[in-house]
Amino acid sequence: MSLVSLSTPFDENTVRKLKAGDQVLLSGVIYTGRDAAHKRLCDLIEAGKELPVDLNGQTIYFVGPCPAKPGQPIGSAGPTTSYRMDAYSPTVIASTGLRAMIGKGGRSPEVIDTMKKYGCVYFAATGGAAALIARCIKSCEVVCYDDLGPEAIHRLEVENMPLIVAIDSEGNDLYQR
Amino acid sequence: MGVLKIAKNKSLKDMLRHVPYDRIVNEVAACCMKAAYDLPQDVLNKLKEYLNSENSVRAKEFLRQYLENAEIASTERMPICQDTGFAVFFVEMGELVKVDGGTIYEAITEGTGKGYKEGYLRKSIVKDPIFNRENTGDNTPPIIHLKLVPGDKISVVLAPKGGGSENMSQLKMLKPSDGKEGIIDFVVQTVTGAGGNPCPPTIVGVGIGGTFEKAAFLAKKSLLREVGQPHDEKEYAELEQEILKKINASGVGPQGLGGDTTALAVHIEKFPCHIASLPVAVNLNCHAARHAGFEI
Repeated sequence: MSLVSLSTPFDENTVRKLKAGDQVLLSGVIYTGRDAAHKRLCDLIEAGKELPVDLNGQTIYFVGPCPAKPGQPIGSAGPTTSYRMDAYSPTVIASTGLRAMIGKGGRSPEVIDTMKKYGCVYFAATGGAAALIARCIKSCEVVCYDDLGPEAIHRLEVENMPLIVAIDSEGNDLYQR
Repeated sequence: MGVLKIAKNKSLKDMLRHVPYDRIVNEVAACCMKAAYDLPQDVLNKLKEYLNSENSVRAKEFLRQYLENAEIASTERMPICQDTGFAVFFVEMGELVKVDGGTIYEAITEGTGKGYKEGYLRKSIVKDPIFNRENTGDNTPPIIHLKLVPGDKISVVLAPKGGGSENMSQLKMLKPSDGKEGIIDFVVQTVTGAGGNPCPPTIVGVGIGGTFEKAAFLAKKSLLREVGQPHDEKEYAELEQEILKKINASGVGPQGLGGDTTALAVHIEKFPCHIASLPVAVNLNCHAARHAGFEI
């Protein structure tokens, strides 16, 4: 177990080096997405259409943030439960080159198999520590799907966001210990 | 109890207490914000207690983060959790109260919309469960459990309920022969099977008896109790402790990433039962167990 400072976007080599249990401070650009946005992305992928956001080498954070108060970049923004994205994540990883996901709770064997095959990592953020996590978010803008409200895809800039590698690209899974 | 006695020479009209609609709207709005920002003291105390007894380094760090987060949320007046929940109200309405200018349901609904907008709380409700999952935009409608009681007061408790822990809740119609052991197995399996999904350490609300919907209601209602306050009856208080011990021996831990602290408390509420039935409902509350209330 070690503490690593990381910056997005990721290449495969960086992701492959991360091991379950590693503590990470993440900086750079990440994208938000949860149930409804994932459904839309997968519908586009299935239809063979272009996505409204390039996820190659990128990170998706499963979050639906609170609205920002005036003068703040974002409201409280902790992770949502990840298993609800299990139906979509394999398609997204395989089709876009997504390298990392951030959420809370375990993932399905199908998701883990896809992570192993393509080189993708799953980070756990602290569920329910949403005000603490918001402090690491320096900017927030909607990229697409504004009509989904909190479920829109946002582009976030984060600084030293505290995470744990919960499932690594070899399939080591902290939830199974 | 419950029978309205009209004093001599006084008409029912004279005895009614009038409460303006807007007053309820404003109190409800303030209550939504308070619940979202301020983790109740009993929950904070329980988290501190478990921080002391926890042995896992990682689990301790999560518990420490919850406490720091609660402090930031309260100081900065921002939500403890981004999931500011379905607004669930438990209302006790005195039979001598009249809301002037609308119904109690309308006032609470309007107050919810106002509180979630003005408090910058997340709007998490969609219009239709299947065919039109469009956000209602103001977190309405709320869920309102209304009970008529003697007197001329209105008492309101709001328990905003996040989706993550609600999704891991379960109900099972056991057979009477399953008895206490069947209940213990079902509750422990529900909590441990949920792993990290409901944001453990959870408060485990258990409703036993009644009918299908009564058991679910009791499980939810039990979550309003001060965290860790034992059941009044000794046998049930012991059962709460027995289940809690088993849950915390599971090793699931905070966030499902290991540790001794999987639940902060088990609360049981019970009700008389049909000769054929033994309904058991388990309603989980995440560690951000929020509630706030007021009385008019």
